[in-house]
Amino acid sequence: MSEKHDVSGAQTTGHVWDDDLADFTNQPPKWWMLGLTASVLFCVVYFLYYPSIPFAGTGGFSKGIGGWTAIKEMEADKGEVDAVRGKFEAKLKDMTPAAILADKELTEYVTRSGKVLFGDNCAACHGQNGAGTKGKEGLFAPILNDDDWLYGGKIGDIHASIEGGHQSMMLAHKDTLSAAEIDTLANAVAKGQPTSTPLFAAKGCTVCHGEDGKGMQAMGSANLTDKIWRFDGSLEGIKRTITYGVNSGDPQTRVAVMPSFKAAGKLSDAEIKKLAVYVYKFGGGQVDTPAAPAVSDKAAPAAAK
Amino acid sequence: MNKETEQKKAGSVTGIYQEFEHWNVNMGDKTIHAKRMPGFFRTIKNYTQLFYLLFFFVPYLRWNGKQAILFDIEHRQFHFFNLTILPQDIWMLSLLLLLLAMALFAVTSVASRVWCGFFCFQTAWTDWFTWLEEKIEGAPHARRKLDAAPWSLDKIRKKTIKHFIWMVISLLTGISFSVWFVDAFDYWNKLVHFQLPLVGWVVLIMFFLGTYILAGFMREQTCFWLCPYARIQGVMTDSQTILPAYDSRRGEPRGKLHREAAEGSMVSGDCIDCYQCVQVCPTGVDIRDGQQLGCITCGLCLDACDSIMDKVGKPRGLIRYASLDELEGKPVKKMYQHPRTLVYIGIILLAFGGIVYGLTHLGSMTLKVIPERQPLFVRMSDGSIQNKYEFKVLNKTDKDLFVTVTAEGGVKDQMIIGAEKPLLTHHGRGTSFTIFVRAPGENIKREVTPIEFRVQSVEDPVIAAEYNTRFNGPKP
Repeated sequence: MSEKHDVSGAQTTGHVWDDDLADFTNQPPKWWMLGLTASVLFCVVYFLYYPSIPFAGTGGFSKGIGGWTAIKEMEADKGEVDAVRGKFEAKLKDMTPAAILADKELTEYVTRSGKVLFGDNCAACHGQNGAGTKGKEGLFAPILNDDDWLYGGKIGDIHASIEGGHQSMMLAHKDTLSAAEIDTLANAVAKGQPTSTPLFAAKGCTVCHGEDGKGMQAMGSANLTDKIWRFDGSLEGIKRTITYGVNSGDPQTRVAVMPSFKAAGKLSDAEIKKLAVYVYKFGGGQVDTPAAPAVSDKAAPAAAK
Repeated sequence: MNKETEQKKAGSVTGIYQEFEHWNVNMGDKTIHAKRMPGFFRTIKNYTQLFYLLFFFVPYLRWNGKQAILFDIEHRQFHFFNLTILPQDIWMLSLLLLLLAMALFAVTSVASRVWCGFFCFQTAWTDWFTWLEEKIEGAPHARRKLDAAPWSLDKIRKKTIKHFIWMVISLLTGISFSVWFVDAFDYWNKLVHFQLPLVGWVVLIMFFLGTYILAGFMREQTCFWLCPYARIQGVMTDSQTILPAYDSRRGEPRGKLHREAAEGSMVSGDCIDCYQCVQVCPTGVDIRDGQQLGCITCGLCLDACDSIMDKVGKPRGLIRYASLDELEGKPVKKMYQHPRTLVYIGIILLAFGGIVYGLTHLGSMTLKVIPERQPLFVRMSDGSIQNKYEFKVLNKTDKDLFVTVTAEGGVKDQMIIGAEKPLLTHHGRGTSFTIFVRAPGENIKREVTPIEFRVQSVEDPVIAAEYNTRFNGPKP
């Protein structure tokens, strides 16, 4: 066979394997050389256009004639996202939280974008998805997805709470109540029947918690008859709350502070509105009574009591 | 002839090299100008190629005011008359592809490259292009003469007309391909106003160039060097496969028809070496060399040879559909004695069964329920436990539907919140909504209680979907 494929005249590299296997020194195919040249040119252009060559020592680099930077690219992409969000944001601006809630499409938008806001600003205390956070002394911040609201669960109330913040106060009773009295009260409260003991009215608990023990929304006093505990719900925990109070200034007091996110400048109006709707949608939001300026309506009888 | 018999005897690798010595491979250095002859297989090919009229016209078919068959990639839907198939059901596509591949294999194992010869778009478009060429430039010898002639007004005129018509067909091919994927009339409207999106232009230009170059210039070279199916099918045949074959035992030794031969003074075969079989071959191969890569088994050489045999008064079928077994005088097995074909058919039936199952069990609605995981449950002020569920309803019908939500199982006296009124599900895409289930705390006996949700269309109760999930509660 080999004599039929006589290639003795061709240039080889001079290496011969297995008697007759040699390496031609032929030019690679033209298309291949064109491809190689094109690749080289591409690299040159690429290096000139994009930032590519680091300068030793100075920490600098060639900026490239295209002026490309990752930040610029990111900002261009962000512009794209903003354009999509823009129409919703423009609509949101002049709407009340209640109106947003009534608009299905906007609610959908807000519940999706609210997730990020909530994670950044609220979840540190209230937990992911408003599940609340337990400190070592019981609940640290209220659960937001149940139907128990210290300051009201209507959309307007929630909005007001985020905007204005809250810091309620319960006096420490270690000097005004005896240990036995605290024990009696704590036992009654633990059973969910604070009014079962005459001490409840006699010692002035009703001033804040109401005659029925269901709390007052205007001052954010807790409902003592339901199954939800703002702080530690055990007997010991209740005793401690009664003894040292909440935000009372006592060193052992329980602390409950919700900052005003508007005053602190942390959130814009639109963001607060979004968060109000987002929190409302956790599952505990209360429906507005039809055609009622809910907040003022509720506050009046509470103050009268 | 000695060489060939010697080669057959050798039957070794050396044989391949010997073959290489005299083998003339068509590398596309000369244009094939095949002669067109009427005949049985020519007629069949003409008709089977008309199958591609569907490709051009089906997209304009309307059904209920919409395009009857539309692969709507932009909206991720496939419309087939009444049926809408969403990406969730695309697994059937893999079965369809399997079915088509196996059909190709089965047909090829029985009768070789039927696809190539009679159905392939490459050979079909090439056939139409050369037909036009013949109408404009004349018969093969005239075309060869024209190609060789210096440029003249007449040559320019003929070539311009030819290429113009080719380009029009190529453009229509590109458009016809595109309108399987977007609404046909909308596409034309955008096209004539030059408002196609970039991807539309790219597809159109690619198909235009592809058709024009592949069918106009590359032709059989595509089958030789580009097409993988030509090679795959080549190895699908075996000694039982019938294919267009030259009966060398009858034909050899070939030779010009001489008076002496007729008188019996010279022994010669039936082949008169007239080269008609080579001249009519669209890929320019010589079938007398045996089955080969270049042969697309279109049968046109059978027509040619039969007409010559009629003229010289010999029986037809010197070139005929025959298996290797038959040609070599071995016993010819029945078609069902071909296990390979039976295996292919078995796989085809399985794939077909799967598709039928899929189409009959498509359902018009699917439901997926994702329980909230953080928190798993919420205790309400009255002591009841509330779970939150994200519902994802896929409405596969072509109209928006209102659905009711019900639950089976779960906890005694549970309450579904969030679906007091029927909820709207959009057609052709997923709709998600939040549903709460609240159950009295004292009725919860287990940490995890199974619950089955059901969504049901208000308008048409047959359209419904269920999903099994769980209701979480505290340790009782």
